[in-house]
Amino acid sequence: MIELVAGPLIGGILIGLAASALLLLNGRVFGISGILGGALAPKSNDTAWRFAALLGLLAAGGVLTITYPKSLEIVANGSLWRYVIAGLLVGYGTQLGSGCTSGHGVCGMSRLSPRSITATLAFILAGMLTVGIARFLGGDA
Amino acid sequence: MNSAKAALAAFFAALIFGLGLGIGGMTLPAKIIGFLDVFGQWDPSLAFVMIGAVGTHAIAYRMITKRKSPLFAAKFQVPTSRSLDKRLVLGSAIFGIGWGLGGFCPGPSLVASVTGQAPILAFVVSMIVGIYFFKWTDARTKRAKETRSGN
Repeated sequence: MIELVAGPLIGGILIGLAASALLLLNGRVFGISGILGGALAPKSNDTAWRFAALLGLLAAGGVLTITYPKSLEIVANGSLWRYVIAGLLVGYGTQLGSGCTSGHGVCGMSRLSPRSITATLAFILAGMLTVGIARFLGGDA
Repeated sequence: MNSAKAALAAFFAALIFGLGLGIGGMTLPAKIIGFLDVFGQWDPSLAFVMIGAVGTHAIAYRMITKRKSPLFAAKFQVPTSRSLDKRLVLGSAIFGIGWGLGGFCPGPSLVASVTGQAPILAFVVSMIVGIYFFKWTDARTKRAKETRSGN
């Protein structure tokens, strides 16, 4: 029971600390869809820190591969098309909705932002419905 | 050299963030779908990740924003809008559908991309395409509105 809770809690605390560090040091919200969207903006001179952040995420992947490979033992079921469509929806939706789980879910909710609370409820509900429907249609989510 | 410090800060903050995602189990689509599988076999892990993250950041946020400015930048750039509009809800719903379909959101997909697995890379590339598609359609919509209201 403790193992089920400890990992997530510790992981969550690290996420919270990291977001706090970015705010204290750079004055920025740790919203990854925003960081990514801004990095892909054509004529911006505000991209260096964004690419650094994206590199940091990749570096984390590298560290995890060596130190905690279980975290990356990913079983990606289904056809490649599933991930293409999922990616398109996530890319488009996060830009339209101005955020994702890190931006709205962690940072926005931490400041009790009505926008972020609404957004978080919306994407969690949509996610739950999607998994529910997939389960109903195919049995395996 | 504020921008060099800012870039380094961003790198290390993201490194810690990514490690948190991994340790929290958020890089595993099975855990995400398990959390969203509220009609089936519910896995509450993500809830505990959020509790840890929001619990920590909510406290730190209050302390940090008491300062006049951040350390490596001139000012805080925290969103201040409070409008609950269609874009917010529709965009979030669309994101949620993609999230439930693939089990990935932006951050974890980037961390996991280092494994080089085809589905993850397909997701990341498609996510970038989706972002560009939004920028393109959004710019067109804005131009059309300006043309209508200008003439």
